[in-house]
Amino acid sequence: MRHSIVIKDKKPIQEIKVIGFDVYKIREDFPILSTLVRGKPLIYLDNAATTHKPQIVIHNVSNFYATYNSNIHRGVHYLSEFATRKYEIARKTIRKFINAQYDEEIIFLRGATEAINLVAQTYGKKNFKEGDEIILTEMEHHSNIVPWQILAEEKNLKLRVLPIDDNGELIIDELQNLINSKTKLISVVHISNSLGTINPIEEIIRIAHSNNIPVLIDGAQSIQHLKIDVKKLDCEFFVFSGHKIYGPTGIGVLYGKKHLLESMPPYQGGGDMIKSVSFEKTIYNDLPYKFEAGTPNIVGAIGLAEAIKYFESVGIEYIMNYENQLLNYATEVLAEIKELKIIGTAKDKASVISFVLKDIHPHDIGTIVDMDGIAIRTGHHCTEPVMKHFGVPATSRASLCFYNTKEEIDQLANSLIKVIQMFS
Amino acid sequence: MDELSELYQQVILDHNKDPRNFGILNDATHIAHGHNPLCGDKVDIYLKIQDGKIDDVRFNGSGCAISKASSSIMTTILKGKTIEEAKELFEKFHKAVTSDLDDNLDIIDLGKLAVFCGVREFPARIKCASLPWHTMMNALESKEVVTTTE
Ligand SMILES: Cc1ncc(COP(=O)(O)O)c(C=O)c1O
Repeated sequence: MRHSIVIKDKKPIQEIKVIGFDVYKIREDFPILSTLVRGKPLIYLDNAATTHKPQIVIHNVSNFYATYNSNIHRGVHYLSEFATRKYEIARKTIRKFINAQYDEEIIFLRGATEAINLVAQTYGKKNFKEGDEIILTEMEHHSNIVPWQILAEEKNLKLRVLPIDDNGELIIDELQNLINSKTKLISVVHISNSLGTINPIEEIIRIAHSNNIPVLIDGAQSIQHLKIDVKKLDCEFFVFSGHKIYGPTGIGVLYGKKHLLESMPPYQGGGDMIKSVSFEKTIYNDLPYKFEAGTPNIVGAIGLAEAIKYFESVGIEYIMNYENQLLNYATEVLAEIKELKIIGTAKDKASVISFVLKDIHPHDIGTIVDMDGIAIRTGHHCTEPVMKHFGVPATSRASLCFYNTKEEIDQLANSLIKVIQMFS
Repeated sequence: MDELSELYQQVILDHNKDPRNFGILNDATHIAHGHNPLCGDKVDIYLKIQDGKIDDVRFNGSGCAISKASSSIMTTILKGKTIEEAKELFEKFHKAVTSDLDDNLDIIDLGKLAVFCGVREFPARIKCASLPWHTMMNALESKEVVTTTE
């Protein structure tokens, strides 16, 4: 009881107010936010795992199947031409959104994971030799570790790891020490999914380029929280997944600089990625089709473009401002709970809060708050090296986005207090 | 009782807080390690078996309340049982946590294991409860391998 009084009596730490942004209006755009879970209104705080879809995305996905379903790049008939146009317009929408120079620098894939695997198996396979080195960081998602390990095993490469400190920030001063003449790539996460840390990728890219090293940015957690400008960043590769930015699952993007993509061998062989095929010789198609073998996720690309249009209509500046206030509010409210310790206290953070609650196992926490309709993630978040660094087997994680509210955070805090009482 | 208090019964909370037979058994004859990669739960089961009987049993490791309580309760039940009886108990436990909700479990005498029936309502947690039992079975067969619930 003591705790809830502390929270209730205290004046709201701050008002969350962004002029021109009405979270309650926004919430009406997301049908799932009005559903009940276990008889309680859903409080969805697992946005780093996947985000919900606004009605306009759901509509456009079903509208594809209802009105112009067909295969693309293959038919002369009306539907096929229409679908092809929508698919290619989607590519343009994404190109503009991340400010890439050319449409063909946007490759549609299944997601961030497939994009990293593609770069490893094409760019990496072609350019890395025995003894070469790749620099990763201690906070990488498994999807930016394992593809490189697979390649390293095949080609006898060495993976070097930029460490983090106890706030969950990269020890950037170490980077120069890890770089040598054998370093062939730096692959780094933009925002950590388990710590929320926003990494200084501009600085990393600058250091890398001054040593002639290309950089891959894992933007799976940054595309939905920050303004991304690949031209300004000047990174060689940038990858993200559609489902984390309010789009469908099964669609994602590899951005790569054109001259690099052109120099890379194909990833998979099949239809659409060829110009001509004979048993003697096959001529590969131009970008981006060279990397889009087979029938792609047409509706996924169209849905993703709709999600991005919706995201832009809300306004990235508003979103960033609101999410930042939400993060500050949540951090302060959770800090009121003295049994709670936040893991990941970087100065520059996105709205992702990992925490441990005394010695109560995150699995128990997750199950108990779920009974209040609250969805949080518990576990190692596919970042086992991070868990190891902090000496915990797992954490609980609340990841917030612009449709979350202050009230939802209060409910989480109350629910966590119940957990503590149950285990005391 | 609501579903939550059905899952976290007092007995389970008590065993979580004050686990029985916790630690390493130096003169164990059978040992197995269990691991649930999904949540990082780890449990080691030590058995001291003589003349086909479990003379002593201990567990070590870290995990959630459900897995810890399951380990703890399992050790209290197993002490003094024959290998055959231990295998039967495993079957009973398995039924307790995996049977369909409307299965009539009253026909089997679950004894102390009845507290785990609540787990059936929480499919994501069944593995937490069953890891120590699977690990124990591996120890019995002295498979010197890591048991995983994946
Ligand atoms: C930082 C980071 N990188 C990569 C991924 C992989 O994304 P996907 O599973 O959509 O391919 C995730 C997803 O959780 C992530 O958080």
